Amino acid sequence: MSSPPLLALRGVSKRYGAVEVLTDIDLEIRAGQVVALLGDNGAGKSTLVKVISGVSPADRGVIEWEGRAVQIRRPADARELGIATVYQDLALCGNLDVVGNLFLGREIRRYGFLDEMEMERRTLQLLERLTRGLPDLRAPVVSLSSGQRQTVAIARSLLGDPRLILLDEPTASLGFQQSTEVLDLVDELRDRGMGVLLISHNMGDVKALADRAVVLRLGRNNGFFDVNTASQEQIISSITGATENTPRRPAHQEATW
Amino acid sequence: MVKGTRTVADDRRTGSSASPAGDGRGPRGRAVAGTLERWTAVTRRRLRAGEVGSMPVVVVLAIVWITFQSLNDNFLSPRNLSNLSVDIVGTGLIAVGIVFVLLLGELDLSVGAISGLAGAVFAVLNVQNGVPEWLSLIIAVLAGTVAGAVQGYSFARTRVPAFVVTLAGLLTWNGLMLYVLGTSGTINLDENGLVAQLTSYYFTQDAVAYAVAALAVGLVLLVAWLDRRRRVAAGMPHRSLQVIVARAGGLAVIAFTAAYLLNRFQGLPLALLIFLVVVAGLDIVLRRTHYGRQVYALGGGVEAARRASLAVTRVQTAVLAVSGTMAAIGGLFLASRITSVSQSSGAGVLLLNAIAAAVIGGTSLFGGRGSTWSAVLGMLVIQSIASGMAITDTPAAIQFMITGGVLFAAVVIDALSRRTQETHGRA
Repeated sequence: MSSPPLLALRGVSKRYGAVEVLTDIDLEIRAGQVVALLGDNGAGKSTLVKVISGVSPADRGVIEWEGRAVQIRRPADARELGIATVYQDLALCGNLDVVGNLFLGREIRRYGFLDEMEMERRTLQLLERLTRGLPDLRAPVVSLSSGQRQTVAIARSLLGDPRLILLDEPTASLGFQQSTEVLDLVDELRDRGMGVLLISHNMGDVKALADRAVVLRLGRNNGFFDVNTASQEQIISSITGATENTPRRPAHQEATW
Repeated sequence: MVKGTRTVADDRRTGSSASPAGDGRGPRGRAVAGTLERWTAVTRRRLRAGEVGSMPVVVVLAIVWITFQSLNDNFLSPRNLSNLSVDIVGTGLIAVGIVFVLLLGELDLSVGAISGLAGAVFAVLNVQNGVPEWLSLIIAVLAGTVAGAVQGYSFARTRVPAFVVTLAGLLTWNGLMLYVLGTSGTINLDENGLVAQLTSYYFTQDAVAYAVAALAVGLVLLVAWLDRRRRVAAGMPHRSLQVIVARAGGLAVIAFTAAYLLNRFQGLPLALLIFLVVVAGLDIVLRRTHYGRQVYALGGGVEAARRASLAVTRVQTAVLAVSGTMAAIGGLFLASRITSVSQSSGAGVLLLNAIAAAVIGGTSLFGGRGSTWSAVLGMLVIQSIASGMAITDTPAAIQFMITGGVLFAAVVIDALSRRTQETHGRA
């Protein structure tokens, strides 16, 4: 593969006050690839997502988008590049309906007023592609089931035709069947050539879906794995810190990426 | 997972699947029955899901009216209803501003003080310094806008809860009002001036009230019909004609009855017309514009709104500016009603009544749910109780207790419906 990765982080660091939560993080995601981001609680996974999505920008380090260095200072910057994020808490407005949430911040207008019909039409199109059990588009999101809410959050992230999607624990609050539906969806996104960064605690999900796994530990890189060849034990010991000898600087050493 | 799927969806989704056939009624009867069945199904589902809307307040209003009418025949007389419709305007306009703030999940305690300040500014400029009325009026309203915007910006930047910022504002603006008034205790306004006319002018020709009613119904019909035509053309779910006609019919009954009653006394009051136009206009702003959607979104979750890259500071500042503006306008109507401004303008139960009106009308204290129409309905309840008590010679003490009870009931309904909505999702 000679084309540059969709997104590459090189030496990214982030501190909150005196605490350095991310130190020299490297990460690469290619188009059509699902990269799992693993780590124990407090390893910095969610912080890394916030760095990439522009919610809390990096202090140091380089972010490259298709080989070109870019600045991501605000959520809008990430959105313009084509990075979409589904947060762990979903970041939905519970009182707005499905359509309102999907188009929040990018409403379609007609004669200066909201064009509810057009927004509803596109919502319907999008959701029909994503899910079988369509929620009531005009019910407040707070009254939907958690699986439906997850679907709404993912649908919202897909609205701007992103190239890369960040999923923070998408299956954490879901039952078995709903998880399967979300994971199928991730699979489909990959097949469409999107890059996916998947944060998950569930090794089963990771094994089933991801191509690569990146492990963080205490805010640092602690391992890069090819999920198809690495054993589950290897990955888990890297998460828990039982092994510290896994390669820390991958990209240039692993030409096969 | 199946909960709330599209088959039982809301009233705009009434497709072509009619009611079970062969029940002996004609096609028209069946269609009406089908619509009714769907409507009850939708209503029942909404109630179960905790979306009570304005139904409780309408019930309360009906109870209040029936009770007082049975106690005293004059309660529902054209004269009393006409006076009632003017009495609700001043506080009602302030309550409309409160609705905006409540939608954010915040409270504005300064509206009483701002309304007094606006009255004082107007009176001092116009009566004592001879500034033309229209200019004094604009300056007084802008004073409210500025006061609100200052509070809004401080609230947005410091993230101190708005009720604290506006509590400081309450003292500040009240002090400023006393300073503006200076040594003059009470200033009487020109009895025939512009501001006095705000609440004393009536359109005495019968035609005006009927024309306004017809115009309102016509506009509602037109908008609904245009929306339906677009949806049909795009193959989208749409409201059936019966629903559109039924809704417009309901509005027509209310509007023309009101017009008839008002004409039996002195005609359509200018104050009521202004109030309804302002409420309808701001309702459209809230529900149909980008700005309004942002207000609701902030009430649903500031963090979610921020991540959707909304301009949080700007919206919060604007909302309190709206509330300050509405407080100033309301203050001018209150001054107009008694054609004077004094040191006690904007004091007393005004602030509490304005907040109570918004909440009784169905706007949630928790933010994100409500509409400007709740200011009208809530004020109708509060003022009906006050007026009924006056007619039946009941002491004010009882009036406060009853209003308090209604407010408490409204808050309980609000909290319950919020909890129902949340548990509804956990299935």
